[in-house]
Amino acid sequence: MEKIYSENQHKCKLAKASPETIKFLIGYSKSLQIVEYSNIQFENNLN
Amino acid sequence: MELQIDDSVLVKDYINGNEKALEVLINRHNQRISSFIYSKVLDRDVSEDIFQDTFIKVIKTLKKGNYSEEGKFLPWVMRIAHNLVIDHFRRNKRMPMFEGNDDFNIFSVIGDDKLNVEKQIIKDQIDSDLTMLIEELPDDQKEVLLMRIYRDMSFKEISENTGVSINTALGRMRYALINLRKIIEKHNIVLTN
Repeated sequence: MEKIYSENQHKCKLAKASPETIKFLIGYSKSLQIVEYSNIQFENNLN
Repeated sequence: MELQIDDSVLVKDYINGNEKALEVLINRHNQRISSFIYSKVLDRDVSEDIFQDTFIKVIKTLKKGNYSEEGKFLPWVMRIAHNLVIDHFRRNKRMPMFEGNDDFNIFSVIGDDKLNVEKQIIKDQIDSDLTMLIEELPDDQKEVLLMRIYRDMSFKEISENTGVSINTALGRMRYALINLRKIIEKHNIVLTN
């Protein structure tokens, strides 16, 4: 009988970062401020 | 057909303060970068962590104005991810990760001999209380006790340093301890953990 090898394909989930991670990164980006003082850059995280 | 804004334009927008541009960039390349990382580390959680670290680096570099590869955003991000994957394997090689199972639990072999936070706080408190109590002792006894306990000197060294005989130093140590106990009893101080 014919074997259908393709039938399991839908079980293969593509790797993707979770929405929480993306939300965190966007939040991190919004909170991060770079302040420069006498050629030194400071990272400020304003939560 | 949907109009897609070029990566380089989005990067410029983001550098100029448009936070939304970053969201578009992350969502656009999420799958490619995640798949790339996952193909190397083969662990969803680790690949999620590396993905996050990659974009933290991207965000920092862009915000600091250190990005210069206009038009090559994705290859640049991929290279950061690639380097972080290498870091991950290096770290793991140095410090291999063991996962416990029902048959073998790593914590049955190794233990953490450090005090927990609560016990550490109690210990610190006892140490500081004791320091204050020692201050109450007569100078000659205090001197011997500090040298013996805190500087770990032998009674021979103490006698040489203070110019008294070993027996006198021993006696002062004895009285120092007796007096400390007296002070503790007198003030009802509890110094145990």
